[in-house]
Amino acid sequence: MALNAVKTSLQLPDLSRVPAVDEVGVNERVARFQTRSIKTASKVEALKLILSMIDLTTLEGQDTPGKVRQMCQKAIHLHDALPDLPHVAAVCVYPTMVHVAKDALKGHNINIASVATAFPSGMSTLSVKLDDTRMAVDAGATEIDMVISRGKFLSGDYRYVFDEIVAVKEACGDVHLKVILETGELGTLDRVRRASVLAMYAGADFIKTSTGKIQPAATMQVTLVMLQAISDFYRETGKMVGMKPAGGISTAKLAVHYLVMLRETLGNAWMTPEWFRFGASTLANDVLMQLMKQSTGVYQSADYFSKD
Amino acid sequence: MAKQNERIAVAKTYKIYIGGKFPRTESGRYFTLEDGEGNVIANMCRGSRKDFRNAVVAARNAQSGWAKTSAYLRGQILYRIAEMLEGRREQFVAELKLQGSTKRAAEKEVDQSIDRLIYFAGWADKYQQVFSSVNPVASSHFNFSVLEPTGVVAMLTPDESSLLGMISNLAPAIAGGNTCIALASESMPLCAISFAEVLHASDVPGGVVNILTGLRSELTSQFASHMDVNAVIYCDASEAVAKTVQELAADNIKHVIGRDRVDWNSDAENPYMIRDTQEVKTTWHPIGT
Amino acid sequence: MATPENKLAFDGGWEYDPAPESTDHVNIKKRYGLFINGEFVAPEKGKYFDTVNPATEEKICRVAEGTEADIDKAVKAAREAYQTSWGRMKPAERGKYIYRIARIMQERAREFSVIESLDGGKPIRESRDVDIPLAAAHFFYYAGWADKLEYAFPGRKAKSLGVAGQVIPWNFPLLMAAWKIAPAIACGNTVVLKPAETTPLTALKLAEVIADAGLPPGVVNIVTGAGAAGAAVVQHPDVDKVAFTGSTNVGRSIQKALAGTNKKYTLELGGKAANIIFADAAIDQAVEGIVNGIFFNQGHVCCAGSRLLVQESVADEVIAKLKDRMETLIVGDPLDKNTDIGAINSLMQLEKVQSYLKIGKAEGAEMHQSSCRVPKKGYWCRPTIFTGVSQSNRVVQEEIFGPVLAIQTFRREDEAIIKANNTPYGLSGGVWTDKGSKIFKMTQDMRAGVVWANTFNKFDPTSPFGGYKESGVGREGGLHGLDAYVKLGA
Repeated sequence: MALNAVKTSLQLPDLSRVPAVDEVGVNERVARFQTRSIKTASKVEALKLILSMIDLTTLEGQDTPGKVRQMCQKAIHLHDALPDLPHVAAVCVYPTMVHVAKDALKGHNINIASVATAFPSGMSTLSVKLDDTRMAVDAGATEIDMVISRGKFLSGDYRYVFDEIVAVKEACGDVHLKVILETGELGTLDRVRRASVLAMYAGADFIKTSTGKIQPAATMQVTLVMLQAISDFYRETGKMVGMKPAGGISTAKLAVHYLVMLRETLGNAWMTPEWFRFGASTLANDVLMQLMKQSTGVYQSADYFSKD
Repeated sequence: MAKQNERIAVAKTYKIYIGGKFPRTESGRYFTLEDGEGNVIANMCRGSRKDFRNAVVAARNAQSGWAKTSAYLRGQILYRIAEMLEGRREQFVAELKLQGSTKRAAEKEVDQSIDRLIYFAGWADKYQQVFSSVNPVASSHFNFSVLEPTGVVAMLTPDESSLLGMISNLAPAIAGGNTCIALASESMPLCAISFAEVLHASDVPGGVVNILTGLRSELTSQFASHMDVNAVIYCDASEAVAKTVQELAADNIKHVIGRDRVDWNSDAENPYMIRDTQEVKTTWHPIGT
Repeated sequence: MATPENKLAFDGGWEYDPAPESTDHVNIKKRYGLFINGEFVAPEKGKYFDTVNPATEEKICRVAEGTEADIDKAVKAAREAYQTSWGRMKPAERGKYIYRIARIMQERAREFSVIESLDGGKPIRESRDVDIPLAAAHFFYYAGWADKLEYAFPGRKAKSLGVAGQVIPWNFPLLMAAWKIAPAIACGNTVVLKPAETTPLTALKLAEVIADAGLPPGVVNIVTGAGAAGAAVVQHPDVDKVAFTGSTNVGRSIQKALAGTNKKYTLELGGKAANIIFADAAIDQAVEGIVNGIFFNQGHVCCAGSRLLVQESVADEVIAKLKDRMETLIVGDPLDKNTDIGAINSLMQLEKVQSYLKIGKAEGAEMHQSSCRVPKKGYWCRPTIFTGVSQSNRVVQEEIFGPVLAIQTFRREDEAIIKANNTPYGLSGGVWTDKGSKIFKMTQDMRAGVVWANTFNKFDPTSPFGGYKESGVGREGGLHGLDAYVKLGA
């Protein structure tokens, strides 16, 4: 449905005009993506693309500089036994760990994404959230992953949610903003679609499914709905917005299904780390195992791949 | 010849019944109805293919409205028909006798006709519950099948059982939301037209039931071949007639219902008579949030 | 509004490599006889014909051409089986035989899928995920009815009819065989089945399954051949019931041929279904429904949503999205697991579809096809849509039976219904809206036997299927599907 009422990118869109989503239809479409059989060269290409799209993530209360450094080392050296591997797109950490990651990744073209805005719940004041954001940006984050205020969204205060994103975007300056909808708390695909539209009109560079702290996290269903919202937004405004499913994508096979879905929903322009990311902590090793299997013809054991 | 001062009886003109009105046949033709002794009883309209065409138009126009009439109301209207027939019991008995029935047989036929109307009046809001279904499909869909009226039903009603036989065909069809064109018994058509008067007085919307009189040999092929008729019922037809009806009906894949050797006294009270002129519609809808 | 520069691009970039289904587990004989009285026998006249893979135009094997004498033999076998074994068997035991058929089909499902795709051209994804599992499910469903018929017809006693003559089409060869055979034999009848000329193989494999299941000889007879063999089945005087799925024209001639015979019949005929999209629909799922409605099985589907009626306010958006979606459809090798649209079933059908493309263009409609590559050999048709058409266009009125969609617009609900019903057909229909009460209004007003609301082209053994008006007589599937195979007595 055309959202013609929206004149500038900073007006709250009329969410009642966002098209409805039929859950069963979405499930059927997702099942179709999963029947695609990706073999041989196209599989290798996909696996490498997946690696390059990963935001290698650690977001734990127990995170320490040591843990973050180890993860950064893994980001740089995914599996040196395999030649010609890409590096991951980014590491994703808490704001207090940004400086650690920055040091560890010095000289490498890997982005530093920081969650912000009272991640994961977002239950704080706007000023705290803006401080949180600025702190991460000042520490050297090149990407900010913010969370929306789900309580406000669910209670119908779309204006609040919208203004908050606008404000955080402003605080980000040139730094890329990913807006986490926390779809597991939104409950229906209709609300996922509306929240996506709201976030994009508020200035999101990326929309992201989940914090990883709530189940369900990313699913192909919510990702499809978000991709379709991106498609509509692009038709409407000519602006490309990126997509990041996060949480729950731990196998190469599933990640390939996501790529199929991406390709058949948004087309080739989105098939780069610039426009698509996987937020994941354990996906990389499974992809590496599959790549090794493709190269050697032998099924692999996790014992041969570094866990950081 | 009437004696002097004796009151001259007013003879009834038997017309046909189309769209809730009683026109004469557009053809202007008639056929003579005689009693057993060769006395003229009446000049009946010899309905034409154009009369039939007009009746189909009337039935088609009435179709969607009647199909949407609530089952409860259809039941009430059928009941009302029975009430009105009961009120005119004597007239119908007399007409049957005039056409050769014994008093006893005539009374029995009228009584049974009234009871048959009551029987199908009762079914109007029940057959759906007996014949519809919710189907447990394997996917995440709600799936149900309901009956819907076939549409416009043309019926060649029994010749021998002129009142009961006709009502046994009409009642289940209209109870199920169809609209009809009935060709009355050729040899005993009087009651059919009087029955149209009963219908007329019974809140049956015009066009729901249309009744023609005329020659079977002339009209059968019209009934079977008209492209805007959805089902055709023939009763007690010869093999040749049955074959003709079936052949012509195929032009628009009409449903053909043959009711041969039906004992209208005892075999015509069941909801399968309604189901004969019903379609099954199955609807699917996803179950999700 | 979408502007040209905001178009999505689906060509180039990451492509899927071929992912062919393996065929080494498939067992196809060089030559097939007729399955009569429990064994494969040579046709009386000794004639055989080639069955061809429409994707390669190569011969797969030879199949017996049954003629009147063979049909007569098959009907005799069926009559004998009806009188001596099947008609007298305890219903529960009959059911157990049918369960066996279902189980063996499930065990051999992949082989059936591959053969179905080889012989008919449909994508392996569909034969594997739809045709074969549904066919097995049909046997499973009706097996259970065999000893429960007294509960299906309240107040009546259901008795078997005798010998059923069944003629099936080429679009769902095994599934149609299952739709016909399962309810027939569950109700205690015996069967003579004539598969379509271009797709006889899975029915012959089904004959093997039936033999393996140990059914008494003659209960199911499968006689391959051309149209004349089908006519012989329909016209055989000792057939009590005729079941036909195919075109309305042939159905009409069958109904005529049966006039005066007292044979019971069911006809599952053509369609030209309207798929109605309202502005308030879940648009992206509706687009998927349009695709599934017309491009499923190359559009060789009698209930295909071949007429799209889209509300004017969203027409541009829906058509733009549909065109994008069409770009992602893969046309080609039916045995490739990624193929969405396989081969057109036969040269004859391809020519028919192509003739309609010419007619559409000649009538002034705007034709759009996806830009996909198609193989050089074989029978192919790119997914096609016609815009700028109205009720008076032939591509709107006539059943094309190919991947060709005619798109019309409407403004109001009543207009949509009038257009949807403005056809001699009445098999199926679709409606897409997010408003519940409108769904019921629209589905009620559509004169069609199967109505899909916010979905399309769904099938299930428990769900009755069949048409209004010139789309046929009777229902197949579900409780209502039993009716075709019994006579009801007091």
